[in-house]
Amino acid sequence: MEKSFFNTIADALRNWLMNGLGFSDTAAQLTATAIWTLVVILFILMNLIVLVWLERKFSAFFQQRRGPNRLGPAGFLQFPVDIVKVLGKEDIIPANADKTVFKIASTCLFITTILAWAVIPLGDGVILADLNIGLFYFLAIGSTATVSLMMGGFSSNNKYSLIGGMRTVAQMISYEIPMIFSLLGVVMMVGSLRLSDVVAAQQNMWFIVPQAIAFLVYFVATVAETNRGPFDLAEGEQELVAGYFTEYSGIRYAIWMIAEYGNLVAVSTIASIMFLGGWNAPFGLTFIPGFVWLLLKIYFMIFLFMWVKWTYPRIRIDHLMHFGWKFLIPVSLANILVTGIGIYVYRLIIG
Amino acid sequence: MLTNYAGLGIILIWGMVFPTLLLLLAKLFYPKNPTPVKLQTYECGLETQGETWVQFKISYFMYALIFVAFDVETIFLYPWAVKFQSLGLFGIVEMFIFIAILLIGFWYAWKEGALEWM
Repeated sequence: MEKSFFNTIADALRNWLMNGLGFSDTAAQLTATAIWTLVVILFILMNLIVLVWLERKFSAFFQQRRGPNRLGPAGFLQFPVDIVKVLGKEDIIPANADKTVFKIASTCLFITTILAWAVIPLGDGVILADLNIGLFYFLAIGSTATVSLMMGGFSSNNKYSLIGGMRTVAQMISYEIPMIFSLLGVVMMVGSLRLSDVVAAQQNMWFIVPQAIAFLVYFVATVAETNRGPFDLAEGEQELVAGYFTEYSGIRYAIWMIAEYGNLVAVSTIASIMFLGGWNAPFGLTFIPGFVWLLLKIYFMIFLFMWVKWTYPRIRIDHLMHFGWKFLIPVSLANILVTGIGIYVYRLIIG
Repeated sequence: MLTNYAGLGIILIWGMVFPTLLLLLAKLFYPKNPTPVKLQTYECGLETQGETWVQFKISYFMYALIFVAFDVETIFLYPWAVKFQSLGLFGIVEMFIFIAILLIGFWYAWKEGALEWM
């Protein structure tokens, strides 16, 4: 149902560009991509508004406070006011900083975020670029985020930023391997890297059932990948002030935040698509459109992220690295082997 | 297919343009009066001491080295996982040997203490 809705708009747009304005086929498609990219950016920004509010409300709830409650219903208008405040803040670039790198670092992170969003479908056929190597592309682009975080940490010429940036790199490269390995089991079961194929393969059973361990590994690894608590050592307030964005202020700080929350929504969406059935409706409740189901699953994942963040204390860095290398990597490798043998035995029985 | 990849170029351009637009928008509003004190490097109330860009701990580098080995492995594992179901027993055994070789290297790094955070 929602397929026809989104696809009708997309087709109408393409028709209008080709017939109304006389664009060629390729030009029309590229222009349509440009317009849809803007829609995706707006989607990320809308999510940001809700997420910052939810984060503050949840943290208040878990700590038995009230959270923002002055502006608007339940403090919902607090964040728009914060945006206005951020726009009015002076953009301070420290005199000792490596100024060029300092200026482009936050933009670089935003580029990786929006490029990762290119292959993430938000419904059947609602996708910017339907690549046949979609998942591989997502992982490849996602790992380049490390570079921009390092740029931010290194260029600030501040000890807190440098240590924060180094820790981020160490943590992200350590947890990237279990994350990639955990998704391999699903790829083996589907036999395709295109995310819409993965969703189509889950019509009868969500992959969280046969790949429960992979789901847990993916969840823990992405908490570390997005630098959220209890793995937020890179920006541990008590020891590193704010980690790699200590020196950032005003709108540049806001761009960091947009990109970070964009990444959070992206990894939650990948989790929903790979393990929770994507836009497939559970229990045959197909009268609710798939897009709504996907959003519900994304927000369920985000709720889990926030729950974990505000429940557990921050862990020590040596424990963090040991957990990643000595526990998660062997477990995720074993999961690949078990999945491989399992599929082989299953096919022997089926014939 | 090629149009899809050209679309990625468009998205890349948007990724550069959008933050720039935000910066230009903010430039209309924010005050600009930098003073030497304001532009100092941040430190908790003190003046910062010594160089920042110094030699760094070796254990970060050790992790990076092992990471490279594993990351290359994942590049080989993904095409295998896609074609896994049609390769049959040969594919399974072959890849398990590949993983076993890597595990030996992993075990060696573990034994030599490259995974210890010192």
